[in-house]
Amino acid sequence: MAVTEAPVRELAPEPRGRLLDWLTTTDHKKIGILYLVNSFSFFAVGGIFALLMRTELARPGQQLIGAHGYNELFTIHGTLMIFLVIFPILAGLGNYFVPLQIGALDMAFPRINALSFWLLPVGGLTILSGFVAKGGAAACGWTCYAPLNEQLGTGVDLWLAGLILVGTASILGAINFIVTILRMRAPGMTMMRVPVFVWSILATSLLVILAAPVLTAGLIMLFADRRLGTSFFDPAHGGVALLWQNVFWFFGHPEVYMLILGAWGVVTEILSVFSGKPIFSYRGIVLSFLMITALSFTVWAHHMFATGAVELPFFSVTTELISIPTGVLFFVWLGTLWKGKLRFEVPMLFALGFIALFLIGGIDGVWAASPAMDFAIHDTYWVVAHLHYVLFGGTLFGIMAGMYYWFPKMSGRMLSRKLGQWHFWLQFIGFNVTFFPMHILGLRGMPRRIADYAPDRGWSFLNLVATVGAFLIAISLLIFLANVITTLRKPRTAPPDPWQANTLEWATSSPPPPHNFDVLPPIHSNRPVYDARLAEARLTDRGSG
Amino acid sequence: MSAAEITDERVARGTSGPILGMVLFVASEAMFFATFFGAYFTIREASPTWPPKGIPHLEIGIATVLTIILVSSSFVLQQGVRAIRKGHARRFQAWLAATLALGASFLALQLYDYSQLGFGLKDGIFGTLFYVMTSLHMAHVFGGVVFLGLVFTQARTGQLSPSRHESLEAGAIYWHFVDVVWVGLYTVFYLLTPR
Repeated sequence: MAVTEAPVRELAPEPRGRLLDWLTTTDHKKIGILYLVNSFSFFAVGGIFALLMRTELARPGQQLIGAHGYNELFTIHGTLMIFLVIFPILAGLGNYFVPLQIGALDMAFPRINALSFWLLPVGGLTILSGFVAKGGAAACGWTCYAPLNEQLGTGVDLWLAGLILVGTASILGAINFIVTILRMRAPGMTMMRVPVFVWSILATSLLVILAAPVLTAGLIMLFADRRLGTSFFDPAHGGVALLWQNVFWFFGHPEVYMLILGAWGVVTEILSVFSGKPIFSYRGIVLSFLMITALSFTVWAHHMFATGAVELPFFSVTTELISIPTGVLFFVWLGTLWKGKLRFEVPMLFALGFIALFLIGGIDGVWAASPAMDFAIHDTYWVVAHLHYVLFGGTLFGIMAGMYYWFPKMSGRMLSRKLGQWHFWLQFIGFNVTFFPMHILGLRGMPRRIADYAPDRGWSFLNLVATVGAFLIAISLLIFLANVITTLRKPRTAPPDPWQANTLEWATSSPPPPHNFDVLPPIHSNRPVYDARLAEARLTDRGSG
Repeated sequence: MSAAEITDERVARGTSGPILGMVLFVASEAMFFATFFGAYFTIREASPTWPPKGIPHLEIGIATVLTIILVSSSFVLQQGVRAIRKGHARRFQAWLAATLALGASFLALQLYDYSQLGFGLKDGIFGTLFYVMTSLHMAHVFGGVVFLGLVFTQARTGQLSPSRHESLEAGAIYWHFVDVVWVGLYTVFYLLTPR
């Protein structure tokens, strides 16, 4: 993925080395690609951790890894996937496409943009370096609750340091996105004409600015407790252990929406393009995004129902409330598909897969919002199923839709359709084989975060099934990797607009020149490229008639 | 429309990107400090007595002087902003230098205050909250002094003008924010802590 043509050197008379060029770039497109390369590398690491865990759980008894090693694996798996894979892939796509979609030449602060990228690999490697530290990597789950987080070894300190870096990176990135979107739009690109993906990144960035610093504050408190002798979370010295959970989830639930808003934006755009119809209700989408952004700050304690220390009816009602704008999204997506001329290209397959799987994940969430239900399924595999249906079935399918959709724009080459179809079906089947049984395991009482289980609990068969599914997912992702590598060796033949799309990134060459646009079409709607295509067709008609 | 024309129109529209960026940064900083205030009240609520036993009473004297220094520095800096808007370069530099002096004396006096308090970071939850919150604030004051110091260098080298002084405007927004946080800390630790 990291390969694009050496840029035009008009502005840089001294040709710099290719590597140095990538290391020092402030071009939002190159930074976007760096984000993707970095995130998919961490994805491979996190994925291998997942396979190790699934292999251990395939049958009862300890085979591969000990209990502590297992704790480290699921902790770092979750941390990497959330902070260094899903969020930064969306940020990377945003980096590449937000300026293009609003007709800008670059981000508002290109150098801060480079900084916010480079903090990510440093932060990620800091977290991973825990594996070579005394006592191993952080092993307290990605939520790292008190008091366990105060007791474990150096790995937790590295985890804290890494997350502070990643959090800072995301705050800087979010400021950059918001200023870019509010200040750098091309003439005619009013806010009610910007593509839905841009709205999704705007909403994400608002969440980051208001929620990420809360996590940073919590991480600093924990670090101070561990290394400076303070007592925020230590009840023996006047602290409050539950404070950690409140702080963590006050960030953590908006975080969930940071992880999916971008995917909603991608999918909405793709559904419209491959249905040959405008978005069913652009305003409905925008309003839903904004409502979800606001409501996401009111639901955090639904992660804490079982503590007995939160106001159950309040947080239950707000959680049910937030499912309303989310439901609106589903109706908009279905309305966009309705009576459309559907083209089942690979991006569309992933977008449709997204709708199916996110629907299941979403309904899981509505159930869990009921405290009575939550008490029964809290900390069981049911929760693991729910969160993977949302984050993998939802966001990662949306990300893959975006990768197939935008790959020709980023590289100038079309990914193989045949391999893409194999990838989709294997990932779709593998995903369901892995995670659907976890619902049942959860209802049968299997707790999450355990390295082993007794053979007489009736969990063995479904665990084996889930493990088989995990390897199917791995094969599907290898097919994706092979597709990317073989495609990058082919010549650049992708036209500017291979999909008959709507938004401005398709009005420039594939890949775009360093300055993005030679010419911008007039912008009179949220589908300027569609308008331009229509105008051209009329012109041709008139010419021939 | 060519790329050059696009750029031209954008300049004509007059972007205030850096200032907007600073407003957003301050918003995130506000959430950062709000978390600590939230932690303070959560812990205070859970505590049987406040302040906890064994903590010597906080003398309000020096803290009040600190408050006067920082609050007045905000007004002084704002005089500087008004001066540069009107093009009074000399007067602006004097106001900015005065702000820097007030900021530096705040830092020095607070360090002195720390040495006089008679309790430390590890002395229970009150020490935890007091030192972590005030020292994080102090780090922000220090950051502000550095930032405004850089603006001062810009001013000395003639890089600021009545139409282009976004660094100063952005720095002023940040400085006022740091000021407001201190008023919050003063209120919580000195005015709202019973004797």
